[in-house]
Amino acid sequence: MYRIIRKKELNPTVTLMEVSAPLVAKKAQPGQFIILRVDEDGERIPLTIADYNREEGTVTIIFQIVGATTEKLNHLNEGDEICDFVGPLGKATVTEGKKKVAVVGGGVGCAIAYPVAKKFFEQGTEVHSIVGFRNKDLVILEDEFKAASSKFVLMSDDGSCGEKGLVTDALKKLIESGEQYDEVITIGPLIMMKFVCKLTKEYGIKTVVSMNPIMIDGTGMCGGCRLTVGGKTKFACVDGPEFDGHEVDFDEAMARGAMYKDYERHAYEDACNLFKAEVK
Amino acid sequence: MVGSGPAGLACAGDLAKKGYKVTVFEALHTAGGVLVYGIPEFRLPKAIVKKEIEGLKALGVDIQTNVVIGKTISIEELKTEYGFEAVFIGSGAGLPMFMNIPGENYKGVYSANEFLTRINLMKAYKDNGSTPVQHPKKVAVVGGGNVAMDAARCAKRLGAEVYIVYRRGMEELPARREEVEHAEEEGIIFKLLTNPVEIFGDDKGAVRAMKCVEMELGEPDASGRRKPVVKPDSEFELEVDCVIMSLGTSPNPLIKSTTQGLETNPKGCIIADEKGLTTVENVYAGGDAVTGAATVILAMGAGKTAAAAIDEKLSK
Ligand SMILES: Cc1cc2nc3c(=O)[nH]c(=O)nc-3n(C[C@H](O)[C@H](O)[C@H](O)COP(=O)(O)OP(=O)(O)OC[C@H]3O[C@@H](n4cnc5c(N)ncnc54)[C@H](O)[C@@H]3O)c2cc1C
Ligand code: FES
Repeated sequence: MYRIIRKKELNPTVTLMEVSAPLVAKKAQPGQFIILRVDEDGERIPLTIADYNREEGTVTIIFQIVGATTEKLNHLNEGDEICDFVGPLGKATVTEGKKKVAVVGGGVGCAIAYPVAKKFFEQGTEVHSIVGFRNKDLVILEDEFKAASSKFVLMSDDGSCGEKGLVTDALKKLIESGEQYDEVITIGPLIMMKFVCKLTKEYGIKTVVSMNPIMIDGTGMCGGCRLTVGGKTKFACVDGPEFDGHEVDFDEAMARGAMYKDYERHAYEDACNLFKAEVK
Repeated sequence: MVGSGPAGLACAGDLAKKGYKVTVFEALHTAGGVLVYGIPEFRLPKAIVKKEIEGLKALGVDIQTNVVIGKTISIEELKTEYGFEAVFIGSGAGLPMFMNIPGENYKGVYSANEFLTRINLMKAYKDNGSTPVQHPKKVAVVGGGNVAMDAARCAKRLGAEVYIVYRRGMEELPARREEVEHAEEEGIIFKLLTNPVEIFGDDKGAVRAMKCVEMELGEPDASGRRKPVVKPDSEFELEVDCVIMSLGTSPNPLIKSTTQGLETNPKGCIIADEKGLTTVENVYAGGDAVTGAATVILAMGAGKTAAAAIDEKLSK
């Protein structure tokens, strides 16, 4: 069992939890993920490691409430325990040898992008962070990003905070103004990553994306997390989760990601009804 | 013990009985390996596996789930930091193989491992289980081994019409005779001498049909089995909404890549001598991780052999 040490609501649909998992904390690196199961009958879901504290043996996860499992997780409080919590899984972000990078995050993907930005920044890389949200109520980790970037650009779809527009608009502007990046790292919705990659391809800038497909075991046993990269089948849980963005087949990944969408909604509504029933 | 399949559990049991302190590390949340995630309930009730594991616990075996050796803790650390005098690797057969034909990543194409795991380990068949599984109408299971039979019979139990698609004939089916008979009794349709060449999807990226060719048996190949060759102009479409690939596995590189000096054969299986000793001192291995996908009996045998060798070495 893995105890929740701290819980914080970052916005109405995004929650941060610091979980006691000493073995995971000891080995965790930015870019890696964990798999958890809320309770005995729960499904296994992957979540990226947003931060870790080796001394205290804790791992921070940040999740958006999108389905039945994240809804159930969000109902746990400080002091409660998570049934299973395994990791760190996947390969760590390669940060060595980069002098200047742009980190482009979208929505809850910013939770994954932040530790990457932080690691680059701490090793002395010049980091330009561009983060985008639908509106100002959904903004997360603004101060954290500012503290880990030499340049910080906030974008919103409706202009209610930062500049109005998409992250690709901001990235394009920076590139056009003469900024030269060794690498762009982008993490967010598939559609956003697809368009960031399209843009950087035009300028010939190497781009790394973090893929978050459906997973079960996370150890390479089931093949459910497979995706096509450079025409080859790869398993995100062992070969990734980071891949060369210019090689990823995003359209296929989007179709696969939608595999259980109807089911998710159904299960989510069931869970909501269940929780409503409990409060009565 | 790395892995709690039959190999690791058999090795753990023998050593515990001899008085050793034994810890089993398992990557998943439940101990048992293929016995719990692969082999379906109707063939091996989970209660039996559970009882065996309770028996080991009573012998003093400590079972640590949610630990991926090579990620959470390395083999080297097990020996140095955690003070284990010997390590046994029983990590199983590994990654499922796919055919690399067009359309294989459409929604509704699974590896047998994924399909069986969703159903067995994650209890997706239960109405209140929260892991989803597709309830397909027409399923093609590609392959002819025991795993293919299990996947087919599970799909049948979800209410589907099920085909086994296998490129050789009835004689050559690698599955055990009884398994084939059970499958036939349950109404599973055998499309033998048939090989898939492409999977077609609909506009939502979900499986719609599978294009197959008919085969005939030619000259015996290196394995002594007659090699199937494509019959000219025999293409046809099999209308299905789910395809389960059951083509075997290739070893998981995780432990090898994180353990210095641990050698594998060209296929990627861990090299171990007749006593189970690998190329690293005091590190033993056995079961599917060494032989490639085999049987429960062989895996247990390998675990027992290694237990004897470990005892001999440590009691010196
Ligand atoms: C569907 C199916 C049906 C089968 N039917 C039969 C049958 O009827 N008769 C028969 O004899 N055989 C059958 N087999 C084969 C048999 O199950 C295997 O040969 C046997 O389970 C191998 O045992 P093992 O201990 O080597 O590995 P496994 O049972 O695969 O166990 C390995 C365990 O190690 C864990 N692990 C892997 N990597 C790590 C790591 N890095 N750290 C920690 N843990 C790790 C895995 O999660 C797993 O739990 C079947 C197999 C399948 C898939
Ligand atoms: S999640 Fe099962 S192989 Fe990656």
